[in-house]
Amino acid sequence: MNNYIRKFYYGDIPEDKAGASIVSSTAKSDWPLWEVFIRSKQGLDHKHVGSLHATDAQMAIENARDVYTRRMEGVSIWVVESKYIHATNPDEAESLYEPATDKIYRHPTFYNLPDEVNHM
Amino acid sequence: MPTHDFEKIFQDKIDNEIRIEPKDWMPEAYRKTNIRQISQHAHSEIVGMLPEGNWISRAPSLKRKAILIAKVQDEAGHGLYLYSACETLGITREETINDLHSGKAKYSSIFNYPTITWADIGAIGWLVDGAAIMNQVMLTRTSYGPYARAMVRICKEESFHQRQGFESLLVLSKGSDEQKAMCQDAINRWWWPALMMFGPHDSESTNSEQSMLWKIKRKTNDELRQNFVDMCFEQVKILGMSLPDPKLKWNEERMHYDFGEIDWTEFWNVVKGNGPCNKQRLQARKDAWEKGEWVREAAAAHAEKRKTKQKAA
Repeated sequence: MNNYIRKFYYGDIPEDKAGASIVSSTAKSDWPLWEVFIRSKQGLDHKHVGSLHATDAQMAIENARDVYTRRMEGVSIWVVESKYIHATNPDEAESLYEPATDKIYRHPTFYNLPDEVNHM
Repeated sequence: MPTHDFEKIFQDKIDNEIRIEPKDWMPEAYRKTNIRQISQHAHSEIVGMLPEGNWISRAPSLKRKAILIAKVQDEAGHGLYLYSACETLGITREETINDLHSGKAKYSSIFNYPTITWADIGAIGWLVDGAAIMNQVMLTRTSYGPYARAMVRICKEESFHQRQGFESLLVLSKGSDEQKAMCQDAINRWWWPALMMFGPHDSESTNSEQSMLWKIKRKTNDELRQNFVDMCFEQVKILGMSLPDPKLKWNEERMHYDFGEIDWTEFWNVVKGNGPCNKQRLQARKDAWEKGEWVREAAAAHAEKRKTKQKAA
C-alpha cells in the first residue's frame, strides 16, 4: 500500500523535514521483555497493566513496583516473561468464537417468565 | 485473501470503533505512522525530564522538591508506557532509542527551550503539560489499542502535573514584585513555544483525511490549539497575569478567541536542531545511555550470578 501519511501529529515531525540522516540498527536488546499483572486490591483478579524490560524476575518485580504502583494501584504483582505467553491468533477468531454467537439460550434473558416470578 | 479485502476489514473495524490490537492485520503505513508517533511521544517524555530535572536541586522548598521529583519520575514512567506500546508494533526498544540518538526520531521541540528561573517550572506545568493534556485526552480514543491504553494511564497522572504548575504560579503571582515579574516573564517565554507544540497549521499538512480516517488522531492541530487558547485565556485571568499576544481577543462570530500568528521560522529552526538547547538535550541523552552502559552490564552479570546460585541451591 503506497499511502504514506504526511499529517503532522502532536510531536510528530516528518522525517523529510527533520534534517537528519536515517541510521538503522540491528542491535538487539539484551534484557528480556516481561508482562506485568497487578492485583489492585484483595479480592480482585490480577489484571494486565503493561510490560517492561528486566534482567530477571526479581528486577522485573522491582521495576513494576516503581512504574505501575506509584499511586497505590496494587497490592500484588505478577510478572511473566513475554515469550512464555501463548495467545490465539486473530485469524482463528471466527472458528473459535463464532459457535457461541447463535446459542442465545445460554443467556437468562432468553427465557420469558411471568412477572409474578420475581428475582429469578 | 487479496490485500484490499484485508484493508476493508481493517477499515470496518476502525469505523465501528473497534480498536486495532498488535496481532491484527494492519496496513504498513498505519504501523509506521504509529511507530513514529508513539516513539516520538515516548522520547518527548524522556527528554522532557531534562529541563525540569535542572531545578530539582534548587527547588525553593522541600515540598516543591518532593513534588518536582514525583513529576519527573512520572515522566520516566510515561516514557516507559509509550516505549512498551511502540514495541508491540515490532520495533525493539534499542532501535527506538538509537533513532533518538541519531537524530532520526524527534521529540517535542518545547524541551529545547531553557528553564532559566523557578517560575519556568510552574509555566511548564501549566502551559506545556496543559497543551500536552489536550492532545493526550484525545489520544485515549486513538485507534491503536496499546497506545490508547498507555494514554489512559498517562492522563490519570498528568492532571496533577498541570495543577501543581498552576498552583506554583499562583503562589508567585501573589508574592513580591520580583516574584510577580518572574511569573509574567516565564509566561511570556513559554506561551508561543506551547502554541507551537500543536504542530503546523492543518493547511500545511497533506493526506490529513487518511489519518483522521484511521482515527489515529481525532482532532486537527488547529482545533486543539484553539481549544488551548480558549482555556488559557480564562485561566491567566485568575493569575492576574497576561498572555504575550496583542491580537488575542474574543470573536463573537466564531465563539473563540482570535490570536496572533506563530513564528513558523522559529518553529522549523528548532525542529531542525537549531533551538536554544537541542544539542545539550540530545547530548545529555547520549551521555546517559553511554555512561550507563556499565550499569546495564552489571545488572546482567548480577542476574546471571543469581541464576547460577539458584540452580546450585
